[in-house]
Amino acid sequence: MAYVAVKGGERAINNAHAWLAETRRGDASVPDMTLPQIENQLARAVDRVMGEGSLYDRELAALAIKQAQGDLIEAAFLLRAYRTTLPRFAHSQPIDTARMQVERRISAIFKDLPGGQVLGPTYDYTHRLLDFELAEAPEEVMAAMAAPDHAAMPRVPDILGEEGLIETNRDADREPGDLTREPLTFPADRDVRLQALARGDEGFLLALGYSTQRGYGGSHPFAGEIRMGAVSIEIEPAELGFAIDIGDLVVTECQMVNQFKGSKTVPPQFTRGYGLVFGFSERKAMSMALVDRAMRAAELGEDTTAPAQNIEFVLYHSDNIEATGFVEHLKLPHYVDFQSELQNIRRMREEVARTAEQAAVTDSVKVADQSAETTTDTVPSPSLPGLTRQPALQRQGAGCRVEPGNDGEGGVGHSFGRLVSDLANVPDPAKITDPTGGGE
Amino acid sequence: MKGYNFAYLDEQTKRMIRRALLKAVAIPGHQVPFGSREMPLPYGWGTGGIQVTAAVLGASDVLKVIDQGADDTTNAVSIRRFFARTAGVRTTTVTTEATVIQTRHRIPETQLRENQIIVYQVPQPEPLYRLEPSRIETRRMHALSDYGLMHVKLYEDIARYGQISISYDYPVLVNQRYLMSPSPIPAFDNPKMHMMPALQLFGAGREKRIYAIPPWTEVRSLDFEDHPFRAINAPHPCGLCGATDSYLDEVITDDRGGRMFVCSDTDHCSERQVAGHVGADGWREAAQ
Repeated sequence: MAYVAVKGGERAINNAHAWLAETRRGDASVPDMTLPQIENQLARAVDRVMGEGSLYDRELAALAIKQAQGDLIEAAFLLRAYRTTLPRFAHSQPIDTARMQVERRISAIFKDLPGGQVLGPTYDYTHRLLDFELAEAPEEVMAAMAAPDHAAMPRVPDILGEEGLIETNRDADREPGDLTREPLTFPADRDVRLQALARGDEGFLLALGYSTQRGYGGSHPFAGEIRMGAVSIEIEPAELGFAIDIGDLVVTECQMVNQFKGSKTVPPQFTRGYGLVFGFSERKAMSMALVDRAMRAAELGEDTTAPAQNIEFVLYHSDNIEATGFVEHLKLPHYVDFQSELQNIRRMREEVARTAEQAAVTDSVKVADQSAETTTDTVPSPSLPGLTRQPALQRQGAGCRVEPGNDGEGGVGHSFGRLVSDLANVPDPAKITDPTGGGE
Repeated sequence: MKGYNFAYLDEQTKRMIRRALLKAVAIPGHQVPFGSREMPLPYGWGTGGIQVTAAVLGASDVLKVIDQGADDTTNAVSIRRFFARTAGVRTTTVTTEATVIQTRHRIPETQLRENQIIVYQVPQPEPLYRLEPSRIETRRMHALSDYGLMHVKLYEDIARYGQISISYDYPVLVNQRYLMSPSPIPAFDNPKMHMMPALQLFGAGREKRIYAIPPWTEVRSLDFEDHPFRAINAPHPCGLCGATDSYLDEVITDDRGGRMFVCSDTDHCSERQVAGHVGADGWREAAQ
């Protein structure tokens, strides 16, 4: 078969995209899904995409979900790529969750408290039985609604704070960092860490938070409070000099209350882990609070041994857009590097065969000496499967072409022989475990 | 392209990237953090290279994009099309015609000139990451030129295999100072980086790092005086053009062990064929 270099990559890409569009629409006899349907009936998916996509826009998130065929990471990616192109008109004031229009608010650490326990639209006490009536067109459901309660609903950590039982959060004396503008650097402050967690993958945070509960960096958490509802966004235009309300957004906030024994300078008090995410996403807000607290281990003088406590590990691996891109890039062509590995492994196998052959020759010479015979022309064949024996001289350079390397005699001031004698000073040989090396 | 700035990125972002590039050129081989943006292509697909290219591209530039040495691999096609759409620049497959070349995994065989820029896509800018995963640690090691760990790794390879086992992304020392990942090019290409007349820029989008090698800079592949660096290649001439000095792809032609070796640099190979060079497989086909 003759080889013809592959051409027409562009046509293949166009055809693939056309096929994708057809698959996305699916059976044309089924009505096309509208964005309001997604926005309203797949609201939790919309929430997740807004959170991980770092953009609060329900309609765009619904569009992204439709375009991505319900692949939520792909949808978040679409939203992020769009978000990057948006100009920034203003920076908002910090939102005040104490003034939230609460739809749900529960505390696990007090039986009752000012404002009460508000269950809201939760799955918590549903029995997970498939509801076959939903498969038919269900009847319209109207939930009973109490008149909105305008009584104050203080946040639970604020209640604890009045007695000084929980750490106070220092007021930030500077603008918070922004990961989407400045690259992550270490040590990473808590503002940047929280931003990374808020954008982070729900599954990753869930697993890490779970791991802290199973002993990998436990911090004795209590769900101090979880609240969900709308908060207003305010900006303060420089020319006005006062804040104006520009709209609402729904967020879920979780404050974990954690044990802390105190130190010589700080009396015993509770510490907190904090979670805040767009939309109604309690699982992620709780996971985030657990991981936030775990990452404070070093700051609070605790041992840092678990993955969730390793700030660098958590922050570098929490972003699912980065992760999915890099994991999936392995499907791009890598045949140039693979070819160099092929030649390399062939060269190494020859080296092994040559060594084995030399050993065999030495053995046979010994045998010959012992039996005092003089004819040792036939060398016993070493039984190495898959390796062809060739006379040593011919083989030299047969499996690989050695190219000129660094010009001149090479070497960057290091001698292999010298290094061998220096090996007593190896910093940490335990770290050198990868025998193959190489790159991507 | 309607609704988007020239070459997609807004001018403020380009300025930020150019600042990082200037710093990178001033400190050859040093990784400069930059505010990498989310691109409309996935991380790992060349977002770093694309941002660098977008920042240096001008309206009169001629762009060439290769992946695995080839202009027609799907990702090269996709990136070339991205810039054709968003910048409207002229594109080419001819190495000598290009003023900017974005590449993944190869350096063209044709020697680059002084007025050319080559932009590498970099998946992992940290050359020490397999030995020390913490970037806090590796940053310290770079600051102190503490590269003993890498030499020990190379030593262990020689002790265990009789040779260095790294065949691509082979670490280099730039300007006698910084240890640098050349990106996952085959070690065969490493010598081309040494004293290259063209400007070499490296972009790692996901890892948010930029680095550079100015023209005419010393780039040494790490080795030992008594175990000098050796690049390897398949011991065959190109089946199509007969070249004996180009990097080769191994192409499987049947399920009975049949294979042929062809230039990985498709432009180099076709230029040679146009000039009348024919390889063994070309002759065989002509005879049939």
